[in-house]
Amino acid sequence: MDINPLAPDILFHIGPVPIDRAVVTTWAIMALLTLLSWLGTRRATVHAGGLQAVLEIAVEALETQIRDVLRRDPWPYLPILGSLFLFIVVANLSAVIPGLKPPTAHLETPAALAIIVFLSAHAFGLRSLGPVNYLKRYVKPNPILLPLNILAEFTRTFSLMIRLFGNMMSHEFVLAIVVFLAGLLLPVPFMLLGILIGVIQAYIFTILATVFIGAAVSGEAD
Amino acid sequence: MENMVEVFSVLGAALAVAFGAIGPALGEGRAVAAAMDAIARQPEAAGTVSRTLFVGLAMIETMAIYCLVVALLLLYANPFVG
Repeated sequence: MDINPLAPDILFHIGPVPIDRAVVTTWAIMALLTLLSWLGTRRATVHAGGLQAVLEIAVEALETQIRDVLRRDPWPYLPILGSLFLFIVVANLSAVIPGLKPPTAHLETPAALAIIVFLSAHAFGLRSLGPVNYLKRYVKPNPILLPLNILAEFTRTFSLMIRLFGNMMSHEFVLAIVVFLAGLLLPVPFMLLGILIGVIQAYIFTILATVFIGAAVSGEAD
Repeated sequence: MENMVEVFSVLGAALAVAFGAIGPALGEGRAVAAAMDAIARQPEAAGTVSRTLFVGLAMIETMAIYCLVVALLLLYANPFVG
């Protein structure tokens, strides 16, 4: 029980760069998702086979959800939001494989994902509105609110990061405590709950990213 | 009594989580009750209501998570412990 959730778990070094367990798991997830997508779309046909049909269902479900939230054409935003969702789902659910720790339960991976969301919301906003109109949303509804609007940019990115990290890490922690106190079989219901939490947190992260991007491209203060 | 900082850090962490969970719990309860009410009145809006509910719950839950982070900082990254 003396595991520190804030400290990295260094596996090996490449030159001067330490590589921790979360990074290796992230690479494995990236490779898995890329391989599945490549296998599924390698010989794409109109009458889709098994894997291609699964991929199409996933993409269309994501498209409907994002369209409902944004209320505009989701295709410019689907690649980044869909990849975010799929990556976070697989990362959160990697805890069900024995020996794997979800990379989202360490602070660095949620931080990187939140920074991606932060930068892409600004990039989409600038691209769709132009610099002048985009910057105008910071002085809406009143220029007095300018410091608060700028502060909100950072606090919401921070809370996006802390929410994913806190939920995944605390779940790992609760599991460790239950194993420590009660033994082998009692953690099983908590693990089932963990699957639910992992999927819901991935959904919430993606929906909030969609809301931020939607607010940026429509030029509304949020 | 030279380890008072540690003692109060552990106490502070427990108090932060214990009292920090009360507010978000009440808030989430009210939000879920209101959403159930809305779905019961208008079942056809269930999709929109539950999506908004999830986002709102995530926002409310953030307060509890902040308390958890404060507790973890006190336990594992305490700046006052040498």
